[in-house]
Amino acid sequence: MAKITFDGVEVEVPDGTTILNAARQIGGSIVPPAMCYYTPLKGSGGKCRACLVRVAAGSAKDPRPMPKLVASCVTPVQDGMVVENTTSEQVLNVRKGIVEMLLINHPLDCPVCDQAGECDLQNFAFEHGVSTTRYQEERRTFEKIDIGPLIQLHMTRCILCYRCVYTANQITDNRVHGVLGRGDAAEIGTYIENIIDNDFSGNVIDVCPVGALTDKTFRFKQRVWFTKPVNAHRDCPKCSGNVVLWYKGNDVLRTTARKDQYGEVKEWICNECRFEKKETSDWTIEGPAHIDRSSVISANHYELPVLNQSVIADLPESTQRDLAQNPPLKLGN
Amino acid sequence: MGRKLLTEHINVEGIDTFEVYRKHGGYRSVEKAIKTMTPDEVVEEVKKSGLRGRGGAGFPTGMKWSFLAKPEGVPRYLVCNADESEPGTFKDRQLMAKLPHLLIEGMITSSYALGANTSYIYIRGELLYVLRILEKAIAEAYANGFLGKNILGSGYDLDLHVHPGGGAYICGEETALLESLEGKRGNPRNKPPFPAVQGLYARPTVVNNVESIAAVVPIVNDGGDEYAKIGVGRSTGTKLFSACGHLNKPGIYEIELGLPVEEFIYSDEYCGGIWKGRDLKAVVAGGSSVPILPKELILKTAAGENRLMTYESLSDGGFVTGTMLGSGGFIAMDETTCIVRNTWNFSRFYHHESCGQCSPCREGTGWLEKVLHRLEHGHGHMEDIDLLVSVAKQIEGNTICPLGEAAAWPVAAAVRHFRDEFEWHVTHAKQAAQPGAVFPGAAVLV
Repeated sequence: MAKITFDGVEVEVPDGTTILNAARQIGGSIVPPAMCYYTPLKGSGGKCRACLVRVAAGSAKDPRPMPKLVASCVTPVQDGMVVENTTSEQVLNVRKGIVEMLLINHPLDCPVCDQAGECDLQNFAFEHGVSTTRYQEERRTFEKIDIGPLIQLHMTRCILCYRCVYTANQITDNRVHGVLGRGDAAEIGTYIENIIDNDFSGNVIDVCPVGALTDKTFRFKQRVWFTKPVNAHRDCPKCSGNVVLWYKGNDVLRTTARKDQYGEVKEWICNECRFEKKETSDWTIEGPAHIDRSSVISANHYELPVLNQSVIADLPESTQRDLAQNPPLKLGN
Repeated sequence: MGRKLLTEHINVEGIDTFEVYRKHGGYRSVEKAIKTMTPDEVVEEVKKSGLRGRGGAGFPTGMKWSFLAKPEGVPRYLVCNADESEPGTFKDRQLMAKLPHLLIEGMITSSYALGANTSYIYIRGELLYVLRILEKAIAEAYANGFLGKNILGSGYDLDLHVHPGGGAYICGEETALLESLEGKRGNPRNKPPFPAVQGLYARPTVVNNVESIAAVVPIVNDGGDEYAKIGVGRSTGTKLFSACGHLNKPGIYEIELGLPVEEFIYSDEYCGGIWKGRDLKAVVAGGSSVPILPKELILKTAAGENRLMTYESLSDGGFVTGTMLGSGGFIAMDETTCIVRNTWNFSRFYHHESCGQCSPCREGTGWLEKVLHRLEHGHGHMEDIDLLVSVAKQIEGNTICPLGEAAAWPVAAAVRHFRDEFEWHVTHAKQAAQPGAVFPGAAVLV
């Protein structure tokens, strides 16, 4: 076990845990944002640099600060480590810069993007960015590509998090897409135009943090915040069958996997559940789904993550103020 | 004339063949190391020599070797980084093409010291002719019993492979190089874990530059202490510099570290002064990624002392008034050079070579290039100059690998020392955009 101090809060985690996951054990607004890291995907993380934090003391043995900011999602904790996130001016400034970098070639077409409302980049920019840009040059654009009958790739919106590549690598046995080209000409693609065709290909839609990979059965049907998420399950021979159905009136508009509060899929689902079973009679309904912390989908009953009562007193003053204004619905013990 | 430890026999007829190389004292270090020394003693000699990595970062080689994890029963690897592609640097190419056996000898001795039984030379893809020279030389070494099973009857086995890259600058970064060597896309890895613990095929690995490995040969032959006598302070031994740009005698020079920069540029023994009788304007001392310095600051430090060709003296004054020794790509520019155009040119290179994995570098290098292009072509604004500094700062230190810094430093340094020239490109946009336009003012010295 290693004991670390994150933004003034002490937490004890098993050796080898990353700084980000240690912060998630504390919870609340001090958790660094993550655009490319995805717990279920091995090897993900370190690319978007949104989660950079300052290590003020490396470990109990060697308490020197680390010379550069480190990516909290891939840096393992050391016993006695002291980490600064929201308490460091430098980190907040760098994060502002990262938002700017991620947005200079992003089309900012949120009004017509299906991901709007559940978009990691939108949330990240809203929380950490500035409202103007200094970028005057032409933005990078790509043609939309249909990668099979069910998924569309809109590369212009992509932030190259590599999540979909890892997903295809790790949960299916034949990955046909990857990153082609380099630098700002890098793109997700299938070398020699190809169709992504396997039973679990739909999961790349769920892991995409932006609107680059979208569900063609749902495109332009409805803004997500007008739909109601409902947990449901069915006996599926291929996957767990645990899903979220998104209703508008009595119609199931789309089906997604269940995600945790950080937008990470808990159980992968198969394409049959995702794309074909669109009738209520196909499913056993469990009840309304819990909506993650940052979503406008639950704008009227905004729910903060479950927070451990005992740690609140140790939180920085700004966070405590935050909590007083937006009290969580549930408190842990 | 200083001592030449690496290039003494470089112009001997047929030195690229085994017989001639052997006749000139070649492979002595292998015999000495394998027959009379333990691997740890070789490492100790390298430590004593004070040899610092010749690829650019200048990390002590002996210390790097001693960090190598040595778990029982797990193979270790030595990888030679011959993916030399920094603009202005061309020393390794020539060393390998002329003296292939020197590198192979260094590889055998170093592999013995590290306990590696398989070693790789990762060579830049464009250097196909050098690859062929190396492969021929390796075949000769195998035929003469210096590679393969049971080298010189000692029971030590070593296989040496040459692996060509695809021609990407990023594969000169050690972890990207290892990814590429494994057959994957050459993206740098997140560190930790470092290669010394988990490198090639997740095994402990040491990655060294060509010149560092070649320098192991004289160190083992003459002893680390003898090597450490050359040079000044912590900059020991000799170093290859590839001098290019507006010089009378551009080329590759092996110098003893500690030579004054002024002597290197103006002495007839070395570069022979600036061409066409012109005045020196600026120097990029260690490959395109290190900060550019105006004439006044490259010849003398801010404190007024003579600047020497050493790791310490070149970085005297930090990045405010100093630079870095880097890889030894010494680029001199005469008074007619347009610094904005030159900076744009460097920036274009980094934009083209960024791997695109992490966001500050992927987006930032393109942004820098576009703003510099605008300034150079007469469409710039005054705010653009501060924008450049700000974007460079947003990239620097926030990326996975040092390519981000390599892209940011030259831009930040050019604005720091030649701000007037950037402003002139805005105020006299039409004039500055003409081909061959020369800025009439001087550099900012602080």
